[in-house]
Amino acid sequence: MTAGGHGPEGGTYAGLGDWSPDSLGVPGEVRPVVSAPEPVLTYVGGEVDPTAAETVRLAADLIATMRVSPGCVGLAAPQIGVAARVFAVDVVGHPKALTVHGTFALCNARVVEASRWKVAREGCMSVPDLTGDVKRASRLVVEGVLPGTGRSVRLVTDGFEARALQHEIDHCAGLLFLDRVAGAHAIYQRKVYL
Amino acid sequence: MNELAITVIGRDRPGIVADVAEVLARLGANLTDSTMTRLRGHFAMTLICVGPAAADVEAALAPLSADGQLLATVRAVTPDGETAPAGEPYVMAVHGADRMGIVAAMTRVLADAGGNVTDLSTRLAGALYVVVAEVELPPGTADELAGRLTTAAAELGVGVTLRPADPDVL
Repeated sequence: MTAGGHGPEGGTYAGLGDWSPDSLGVPGEVRPVVSAPEPVLTYVGGEVDPTAAETVRLAADLIATMRVSPGCVGLAAPQIGVAARVFAVDVVGHPKALTVHGTFALCNARVVEASRWKVAREGCMSVPDLTGDVKRASRLVVEGVLPGTGRSVRLVTDGFEARALQHEIDHCAGLLFLDRVAGAHAIYQRKVYL
Repeated sequence: MNELAITVIGRDRPGIVADVAEVLARLGANLTDSTMTRLRGHFAMTLICVGPAAADVEAALAPLSADGQLLATVRAVTPDGETAPAGEPYVMAVHGADRMGIVAAMTRVLADAGGNVTDLSTRLAGALYVVVAEVELPPGTADELAGRLTTAAAELGVGVTLRPADPDVL
């Protein structure tokens, strides 16, 4: 992690640069988070125009809602009822995080490189009563577009932030961690709520 | 050598596994495969053991059921003969709003395709129903089956994914 929430990108990797939630220029509104089996969580989210005012508001709302939700390290648009490819991530201070890009939102993100697959337990605000063992890449390159500025980025990350990004990108494709659990005995009743 | 299938089901309390295992050990039964879990708080254990006569085990387990809180059953089973050739391992995950018949409909589609469910768990969490099944499929059938599962799931208003099971062996 480097200061100011910048990632390790260099060369052909266009990182977040000086983007911050303040760059959105609008205050986010805390929105209710929906839970499965809400159908919107299974819809394939549509591409968005990252510079459109409604996308900027959506990104701001996601960040605001994520910030007030205890233990929340990421939130995708379907979780606040919008089937769109926008999400926010913030793993700052998480004990399992290695590379950390700070608080950010991405539009139309996709995984372009994934390696070093590891199984770990994960949960989801939209599936509050269950957790599951899911295999995710621990080395990841993601391409997406920053809301507001519309600048394309190519983020390289690892560890817990990589897991969070894959979880949110899945949400934008209508997938929950339940769709990726490792086996019949890889889902658990949640014992600890944050 | 007798092979016995034993089930113990009922109100959970500390010590049931120890009680059952102790009875079997005393009778010289060799506990082979077993599984135990709690299903909505109820104790549920199934096991296979080898050794004594079914009647002896039944008699020895009877005190466990005396207070009416536990039900233990014992039956002799035929040892596994030739096992069918293993298919391709897949994991089917289904989730959606709880309703009657989700497991019935989805596992029927698997069965009609020659799929054999080898492990299954279901969870009801609030209004959310989740089914995860490990299944062995006849080689080359997964793609077509995935389409049929999607159709069946749509009729039930739930979502389904069918993925190859993790083949990693360390």
